[in-house]
Amino acid sequence: MSDVLAVADHRRGELRDVSYEIITAGRQLADETGGDLHLAVISGTVDDFAEKLNREGVDAIHTVSHGEEFNHDVYTQAITQLYDELAPQFVLTPNSVNGLDYAPAVAKALDLPVVTDTVGLETDGDTLVATREMYGGKVETTNELSGEAVATIRGAEWPAAEGTGDASVEAFDADIDEDAVGSTVTGFEEVGGGDVDISEADVLVSVGRGIEEEDNLPLIEELADALDATISSSRPIVDNGWLPKNRQVGQSGKVVTPDVYIAIGISGAVQHVAGMKGSDTIVAINTDPNAPIMDIADYAIHDDLFDVVPALTEEFQ
Amino acid sequence: MKILVTVKEVATVEDEFEIEGTAIADQYLGADLNEWDDYAIEEAVQLQEDGIADEVVTVTIGPEDCEQTIRQALAKGADRAVRIWDDSLEGVDLLDVNAKTEILSAVIEEEDPDLVLTGVQAGDDSFGATGVSVAEHLGYQWGAVVNHLEHDLDDGVASVRRELEGGVEELTDVELPAVLTIQTGINEPRYASLRGIRQAQRKPLDVQGLDDLGVDDSAVDSDLELTDMYEPESESDVTVWEGGAEETAAELGDLLRDKGVAP
Repeated sequence: MSDVLAVADHRRGELRDVSYEIITAGRQLADETGGDLHLAVISGTVDDFAEKLNREGVDAIHTVSHGEEFNHDVYTQAITQLYDELAPQFVLTPNSVNGLDYAPAVAKALDLPVVTDTVGLETDGDTLVATREMYGGKVETTNELSGEAVATIRGAEWPAAEGTGDASVEAFDADIDEDAVGSTVTGFEEVGGGDVDISEADVLVSVGRGIEEEDNLPLIEELADALDATISSSRPIVDNGWLPKNRQVGQSGKVVTPDVYIAIGISGAVQHVAGMKGSDTIVAINTDPNAPIMDIADYAIHDDLFDVVPALTEEFQ
Repeated sequence: MKILVTVKEVATVEDEFEIEGTAIADQYLGADLNEWDDYAIEEAVQLQEDGIADEVVTVTIGPEDCEQTIRQALAKGADRAVRIWDDSLEGVDLLDVNAKTEILSAVIEEEDPDLVLTGVQAGDDSFGATGVSVAEHLGYQWGAVVNHLEHDLDDGVASVRRELEGGVEELTDVELPAVLTIQTGINEPRYASLRGIRQAQRKPLDVQGLDDLGVDDSAVDSDLELTDMYEPESESDVTVWEGGAEETAAELGDLLRDKGVAP
């Protein structure tokens, strides 16, 4: 029997979607061996969170009321103490930016192996079989670990748990050592504001690494002008400082849902896809027919953007 | 202040490739400096140029072949390098987070830096966990996914921004010594100058085995066993437009007109 301890994610008073998805992932894993699913919710308005998280499949919710916002030292201490109390076989956390800020520390503190960014999890009670990608999504791998383990799950891979559950909700009195808390959150800032809101656009002409050089950007600007469309981009273009942050589509940028999204020279890393997969129609222009963007594109041109883009601009001039 | 930067040579894969067993066939693999580490190196070098760091040391786990990548880091401005390799690491196809943590922690204990910078993740195995794991193991403080670091570390505190999802940044103060995992975009990594490349050839590159570090061979036995590798099943039902650029551009033009979004 394998019990599972899953950890919810929240920020600035709101539970994040992955908190409901992790219930599904944890329930599946627990079901495979008839175990229980425990859910931990740490910091913030935990009672309110617990009520929302009490969906089908959760056996027990453990609330740790300590501070408002995420702090990795508080999380690490609370989870290791819950682990000692509950003795689960698997600890699941979101593979979010905050998940990656405490899951490896929890694993190290408990002397457990850790496997991150999983997209599939199975167990026979002894061995955990974790599916995850390598090489930026070019391949998938299966990985086996025996005994107890910590695993982080990728967002939007499992469906969100639904319904109303009948989990017990218990306040867990974690003994947080404040002296061991070595980092302090001093604030939050929204970035990527400005005059253009790409999430409002009907047509996005989105440019990626395939454009090669900043000097080639006018090609894209001319196309956007001809189409009366808005320019957006994948992360590397913003990292390079070629376009401002408010143009970035993806996990750390904006989520967009235009009528037509034209991805030009964008390979389609999972972080990018997270920001644009809700577009009505997706067109990909890319020389690589195996690029991950092809998995979600409706239409594709497997050709050089430096040939196709000028031809398209001409079509509308 | 002394800064240690972990530098990994990552495997890169060509667009078209084949899998042999649980690995990509050698002829389709290339090697490159891990993209995230490039930003970590740049941040360390800038801290040195700003008079905050006195010494920048890189550490790499890898065979002799990866010395070219290490020299790149030295050419960009790191002062010296440590490379860890051992017979027991030959033929290990996946070094998991705990194995890397054991090895890197031994070097960090020996070097005793005030600040350790790592990339957020490696471009090949993408665990994104080693930096935080090392910090916990050594009793250092840490911050993951850092996209801004104030170059003012006087009071033994690093003021950073962590890049959360959805365009939100968290402002956090982290006590030193600390490990920060560095996100792309935190700076603009430089290209090595010719002078830098020449100087890099003369900078110290110290090679150590696990024995030298006092790490037991068993540390490299991964908890994680890679049992299968395959190309993900494409769920694609994409319509591919064939033909020359003018024909495919015309198809896309028709689509935009059909959708009523053409000007």
